[in-house]
Amino acid sequence: MQGSTIDSPSPILNSHGAVASDHHGEHADLRVWGLLTFLISESLMFGGFFAAYLFLRGVHTQWPPEGTEVELLVPSINTIILVSSSFVIHLGDTAIKKNDVKGLRLWYIVTALMGAVFLAGQVYEYLTLGYGLTTNIFANCFYLMTGFHGLHVFIGLLLILGVLWRSRRDGHYNGSKHTGVEMAEIYWHFVDIIWIVLFSLLYILTQF
Amino acid sequence: MKQIPASLLTLLAGVLVTLISLWVGQNHHLLPEQASEQAPLVDNFFGIMVTIGTALFLVVQGAILFFTIKFRRPAGDDTDGVPIEGNFSLEIFWTAIPALIVIGLGVYSVEVYQQMGGFAPATSMISHAGHSTHAAHHAGSAMAAPMLADASATTTGVAQSDSKVPTYGVGATPAEGGKTADVTVNVVGMQYAWIFTYPDQGITTSELHVPVGKDVQVNISAQDVIHSFWVPQFRLKQDAIPGEQTELRFVATKIGTYPIVCTELCGSYHGSMRSEVIVHTPAEYEQWLTETQMAQLQPDHRVAFSPAELSASEFLAPYAAEMGVDGHSLAQLHLDRPS
Amino acid sequence: MTQAQIPVDSQVVDHSLPQSAWKWYDYFTFNVDHKVIGLQYLVTAFIFYLIGGLMAVAIRTELATPASDLLDPALYNAFMTNHGTIMIFLWIVPSAIGGFGNFLVPLMVGARDMAFPKLNAIAFWLNPPAGALLLSSFFFGGSQSGWTAYPPLSLITANTAQSMWILSIVLVGTSSILGSINFVVTILKMKVPSMRWDQLPLFCWAILATSILALVSTPVLAAGLVLLLFDINFGTSFFKPDQGGNVVLYQHLFWFYSHPAVYLMILPIFGIMSEVIPVHARKPIFGYKAIAYSSLAICVVGLFVWVHHMFTSGTPAWMRMFFTISTLIVAVPTGVKIFGWVATLWGGKIRYTTAMLFAIGLLSMFVIGGLSGVTLGTAPFDLHVHDTYYIVGHFHYVLFGGSVFGIYAGIYHWFPKMTGRMVNEPLGKVHFALTFIGTHLTFLPMHQLGLQGMPRRVAMYDPQFTFVNQICTFGAFVLAASVIPFTINMIWSWMYGAKAGANPWNAKTLEWTTASPPAIENWEVLPVVTHGPYDYGMSEHQAEAAEAVSAG
Repeated sequence: MQGSTIDSPSPILNSHGAVASDHHGEHADLRVWGLLTFLISESLMFGGFFAAYLFLRGVHTQWPPEGTEVELLVPSINTIILVSSSFVIHLGDTAIKKNDVKGLRLWYIVTALMGAVFLAGQVYEYLTLGYGLTTNIFANCFYLMTGFHGLHVFIGLLLILGVLWRSRRDGHYNGSKHTGVEMAEIYWHFVDIIWIVLFSLLYILTQF
Repeated sequence: MKQIPASLLTLLAGVLVTLISLWVGQNHHLLPEQASEQAPLVDNFFGIMVTIGTALFLVVQGAILFFTIKFRRPAGDDTDGVPIEGNFSLEIFWTAIPALIVIGLGVYSVEVYQQMGGFAPATSMISHAGHSTHAAHHAGSAMAAPMLADASATTTGVAQSDSKVPTYGVGATPAEGGKTADVTVNVVGMQYAWIFTYPDQGITTSELHVPVGKDVQVNISAQDVIHSFWVPQFRLKQDAIPGEQTELRFVATKIGTYPIVCTELCGSYHGSMRSEVIVHTPAEYEQWLTETQMAQLQPDHRVAFSPAELSASEFLAPYAAEMGVDGHSLAQLHLDRPS
Repeated sequence: MTQAQIPVDSQVVDHSLPQSAWKWYDYFTFNVDHKVIGLQYLVTAFIFYLIGGLMAVAIRTELATPASDLLDPALYNAFMTNHGTIMIFLWIVPSAIGGFGNFLVPLMVGARDMAFPKLNAIAFWLNPPAGALLLSSFFFGGSQSGWTAYPPLSLITANTAQSMWILSIVLVGTSSILGSINFVVTILKMKVPSMRWDQLPLFCWAILATSILALVSTPVLAAGLVLLLFDINFGTSFFKPDQGGNVVLYQHLFWFYSHPAVYLMILPIFGIMSEVIPVHARKPIFGYKAIAYSSLAICVVGLFVWVHHMFTSGTPAWMRMFFTISTLIVAVPTGVKIFGWVATLWGGKIRYTTAMLFAIGLLSMFVIGGLSGVTLGTAPFDLHVHDTYYIVGHFHYVLFGGSVFGIYAGIYHWFPKMTGRMVNEPLGKVHFALTFIGTHLTFLPMHQLGLQGMPRRVAMYDPQFTFVNQICTFGAFVLAASVIPFTINMIWSWMYGAKAGANPWNAKTLEWTTASPPAIENWEVLPVVTHGPYDYGMSEHQAEAAEAVSAG
């Protein structure tokens, strides 16, 4: 038989320096990497929507068309709220890294409230804009893009609430074990970044 | 065989491969007859690619065959082969040669495309000839009167401006330069037929008639779904796209009748969406033109549709023209109307 | 175990499983073992292959005569559409990536399972409902706008069926993305520590490139299909020109994914080739680094060639020229691989196992398909043959002669590992002969048909093409017949085949160091890599010297 590849068992160090032992099936927690990979992919779905928007904008001389302009006040306030909430949620992550569960809960509740206000602001805008999904091609884009984004904000909100729920159990999150907290935070930043691009495309770009 | 050096055999093989490939490139007979000025350009280009492809095919397949026979496992031999993991110069060689070939083909492609007239259909104004395309936006009517098109543009609210609209397709070859075409035909594709309109002569037909040796421009549009206008013998194809203006421009070089094939899936009867292009001598073309004009044209130059099929505005259009009601006054009426 | 007690990082995730071997019914459940999932993918995909194949037989039977005289034209278009859709999304992609990828990657990198086993199972279980949804669409006429679903046609034909088609694709697309996340994280993060990057089997490099490509391109298709779904059902007009939309936009969104999709269908196959050929030729792979890097090159360049599917569409000249050049460039890394595999044969001790026959057959098929592909990448020539049978001939050479041949090669090669039994080789050779002949008979004449003037996606054609079409139809029947010896072989061998040991081929990658089939957690003790995956012909001494050179 050609050379054997199986050696006698010995402690094997993985790239993190931690022990990846022979304990059957155990390996380092890779969920954050998984989430990051997923979010890269999800960004590209929004990328597809953005490309469609820019393409359609490029072939129309008047954009947005007559009668479907964007309003700036509520969305700008919403932007400030959402961007700030990214800082707030980060405070929560900093807190749990110092083993401060109360701090985690405080800042995550505030983030959830800010997220809820954002969604409420979106709903308010939808109700008061004066045009709907099918009014014209710009409206199609507007509602589709903000709608999908809102859906993702809602999911982010659920993740934050999920963290809050789990944090009720003593010791579930501590200074060295808080993957769920991190994942919720990363997802929230993703939602924020997508909004910044959206805001630029729908609200800023349409001013020129 | 052992006396003949391997290098000599390789040289012989190389010469054979080259000769065979050159021959195949010139004699494959895979393409139909050439009936346009662009056809020889495409065919020569294809011929070169066939030559290169044949050579590569023979070399690679030859190597595969040779190796699989020469290096088959001898009976009872369970040892491994030679532990060669690579050869840097060889790998550079077979990366560089294909890279050079594709760069060459790329440059040549641009050259051929330019000679075919591919760079010619640039931004162009919608001419009167194009109004029939613009009117195609208006749902339902294929041949709305010109001024209706103006009115419909303003009421839609998001119609493209009447100025610069990109035209896709193949335009005039460098030989024709910036001249306008000798013959202009508007084609509309619809499920499942092609309708040809000669705007300057005011006739409509279901086949394309062109004179040989003359520069013909075909303005292509689609009424319902995407179709595609292809004449195999011309080697030219361009999709007919709803909402877009596309064109083909050619000089037919051979008298005859050639198929016009729809080459974009357009529904259940896509396969039977065919027409013909008839290339006439100039004299025959003039004769056909005159005959068709006499058969079709009515005093008011209206296209011969049954009145029942016309919308109210289409029917009224010639009368309105007589009374002096035009697009502007109609547009005013439209604006005053609640939307 | 005799290890000292070392405090384990509390973040470590435990995937321990209770049993020692799976029962047959476990294969029908939500099971998180990557080997079970791999087999679930393979078997499910094969069933869809047969369904898609029946549709092909119906199509070719219709095309035996120039008139549209067998099937209702709408049904014909539904078969044509779903044949393509099923073969791509429910046969090749799931079997090449989901099937072989899942079964092999953890074994090849020395891991007990994938990074996210539950996610893996979820990804698989999205496929059967997607397939059921697609087949159910036939109750509503079936989608009839081609696998490309161009609007406006797809907006006005069989709306319910089209919507079901869209949802089905969204499901398989999601499955693809979830699977890709698993592969990327597993390969990058769970390689056994003693394996260097230049010892990673080329199949893993291929799956890595494939997964990155899938992650980046699939979501754009999702975006395009969402817009299409909204246009059909919610009154939007993204693709309705008379209401401000643009149909070419759809084509860009669609092909941005669908061109990389063809690389998704061939890169894993290239990976299989790199595994099968060295083993059965008893030679190291020629040009390991070149083959690994070329996979990544194809991944990157392949994202910038999509407009070559739109040369006759609403694309300006500069765009047609740019994408001609980029398409020609992407041919180079593929050529590098082909030459590498051919060179791997040189100086070998080639065994004509069925696996090797399919691998060598693939080489010649792919050369033909690749060459016709290069011609298609040039806009001036593509203007003539776009949307004709030349295209159909081209892509069947690379998809059938390439991907399907490669899947067969992989099945014959890893069947012993997966089932613990050997395949019947004589029957395998019969299968190969029928497949090889059938493929050429069916698809080679199509090139001429296209060049001469026959469009694609038609049920009726110019009678001058009758004879050649009949050759193609005959070939299709040969291909249909070819699955019979294969299926019999699979079933019979799985139940009664000769027992295979751990390493019947004497191969050197890690999957062969464990039992056939592998125990549930793959190894009792994780392996330590002491030589490269393709170190054939090297004595122990040579192998160690090679190691020292590479590591230094």
